[in-house]
Amino acid sequence: MKKDIILAGVGGQGILSIAAVIGLAAIEKGLFVKQAEVHGMSQRGGAVQSHLRISSNEIASDLIPAGEADMILSVEPMESLRYLPFLSNDGWIITNSTPFVNIPNYPEMKLLLDQINSYKNVIVINADETAKKIGSLKSSNVVLLGASSEHLDIPYRNLESGIRQLFGKKGESVVQLNLAALKAGADLVSEKK
Amino acid sequence: MKMFLLGAEAIAQGAMDGGISGIYAYPGTPSTEIAEYVQRSKLAARKKIHSKWSVNEKTAMESGLGMSYAGKRAMVCMKHVGLNVAADPFINSAITGINGGLIITVADDPSMHSSQNEQDSRYFGKFAMIPIFEPSNQQEAYDMAREGFSFSEKYKIPAMIRITTRLSHSRYGVETKELIDENSISLPDDPKQFILLPANSRVRYKILLENQKNFKFESETSPYNKYFDGNDKSLGIIACGISYNYLIENYPGLNCPHPIIKIGQYPLPQKMIERLNSECEKVLILEEGYPIVEESLKGFFNHGKTIHGRLDETLPRDGELNPTIVARALGFKTKEGLPVPELIANRPPELCSGCSHRDVYDALNEAMKIYGEKRVFSDIGCYTLGALPPFNSINSCVDMGASITMAKGAADAGLIPSVAVIGDSTFTHSGITGLLDAVNENSPVTIVISDNSAVAMTGGQESSASGRIKEICLGVGVQPEHVRVLTPLKKNHNEMVEVMAEELAYNGVSVIIAERECIQTITKKKKNKTEL
Repeated sequence: MKKDIILAGVGGQGILSIAAVIGLAAIEKGLFVKQAEVHGMSQRGGAVQSHLRISSNEIASDLIPAGEADMILSVEPMESLRYLPFLSNDGWIITNSTPFVNIPNYPEMKLLLDQINSYKNVIVINADETAKKIGSLKSSNVVLLGASSEHLDIPYRNLESGIRQLFGKKGESVVQLNLAALKAGADLVSEKK
Repeated sequence: MKMFLLGAEAIAQGAMDGGISGIYAYPGTPSTEIAEYVQRSKLAARKKIHSKWSVNEKTAMESGLGMSYAGKRAMVCMKHVGLNVAADPFINSAITGINGGLIITVADDPSMHSSQNEQDSRYFGKFAMIPIFEPSNQQEAYDMAREGFSFSEKYKIPAMIRITTRLSHSRYGVETKELIDENSISLPDDPKQFILLPANSRVRYKILLENQKNFKFESETSPYNKYFDGNDKSLGIIACGISYNYLIENYPGLNCPHPIIKIGQYPLPQKMIERLNSECEKVLILEEGYPIVEESLKGFFNHGKTIHGRLDETLPRDGELNPTIVARALGFKTKEGLPVPELIANRPPELCSGCSHRDVYDALNEAMKIYGEKRVFSDIGCYTLGALPPFNSINSCVDMGASITMAKGAADAGLIPSVAVIGDSTFTHSGITGLLDAVNENSPVTIVISDNSAVAMTGGQESSASGRIKEICLGVGVQPEHVRVLTPLKKNHNEMVEVMAEELAYNGVSVIIAERECIQTITKKKKNKTEL
């Protein structure tokens, strides 16, 4: 088993929490996990990415080779296309549709969504809207994680356990909120089918 | 026990398990997380391991050497350009040697993700003539930190651990080992060891030179330098540090047909390399950073074997390596993925919404209008983003503290007024001495200290003189009527412009302190409060 995932977003959007949940779930499953993060200057509202590698064998490179990522998981629509050179031919683009506009030349939304939908394997969800319905906009990244869950090759219960481990110290209500967000994301995708 | 650690954290855990009594550092990407890990550690708190930030890398290095003098183990951490600041004590610590084990961990930033250059600290290690450890993965990072102190004590020499951004900021499972006890206090046997008077230095330098053959011997037998033989001798490969991972990524299951030397400890293992060189037709060198190994193997005339690397552009001359670049150097066809569509816009970092630097630049831009452009020197921190639109406020960013002294030099040349914009932590790091230069000549410079009470760019670490900037400026000798304190808020815009205009018109040193806490650290504090 091998899963190479590019996590994308804008500094401050919480892609590292997604990475942490998947990482904890994979470790619990007995898999190897390697995760390269971006710290420093670009965290100030710039484009950020994280390379998350999961495998049943030891992992050598900290970075994913070009054209070999199985998934781009993006919390922001424009950022979902920035790392296409890493995506394999059969790879999935799974992205939030709510834009984070902090630059004057942000592309027109219709053009952007048309571009995203022009690729082979795409899941676009409005994670922010779903997160708001559940009661916390902050959980939009976990909604997105839920939307990716069936393509991760990691059992859903391990992801739930990852959430419990990551959010446990913040209290049971935060855990429940994020479990609900995970489920809402997963349900959104299965309903679409 | 297995832990899931960043390379930086693995070094910190290794240092604690290796029996350090103190870690000394100034924040700088990609090295910050090493000291932060110790600051958060319960083990360190229980053992009272020193971990408070130093004012700069030089004071950190000297404090580490002082702890070593007293017989205890210490680690000093910094980013690559921080070693420039610490260069004086660093180089001389090789001459004094050490008492308690001393490791200097330096994190280089090839591709300049968060830095002004991509200098390679292995040159500094070679310059000081000390052994260098370069881990390829998180486990080695841990092991080298843990074992490095006894190595340092064996030869009474400081050792360097050199990592690069990707290893520092990448997580993997690390197997930890049992805790080694701290040293108790013991003073150096030789009373002259740390007194570098010329007569003593000549003796100490001979000891350092004499030790070089021991360091070479250690490299030949080090577990971190390994020779993997292969049947296909058309090519031999030398892979240093993390580049070994990129090499192995291209040979899943370790099925590389070529002989490989994996380098993790310097000086280079000469015999190993001689064997590779004599048995193989060509040599490929993979190293993250400058082509230091390649240069030493090629020599001046390059009369030997064909050596491929960064110098002959088999690999790019600059920037960090990755598995795809290494694949191309090996002649493999690589996948390309899909092109980035044209409608994707760049998204550079920016000052946060609500950041005090924004209000400082808005006011400064207005106050500077009558003087024209290109006379604002600045420095290193979040406020460097004032170079970008919509502000376009600053004209320089060179090294920590340079804003004040460059403004002074420009004023000496007749550029009046000259302006400096510097943050509170950069000011205490390296700005105070420059301010004294300006005060001593009453240079016509206007210095804006944009004080957000944090080392913000690296994640909001505690600034070393929060709340005391004004007293420091007065103490250095700035005239009290020309030390002005402002609160950078939109509603104070007119007042700020007015005060700036007054001080710009003054023909001497003025300091304008714009005080308002970093919006990120405020948010973080609130969050921590609600979580409690």
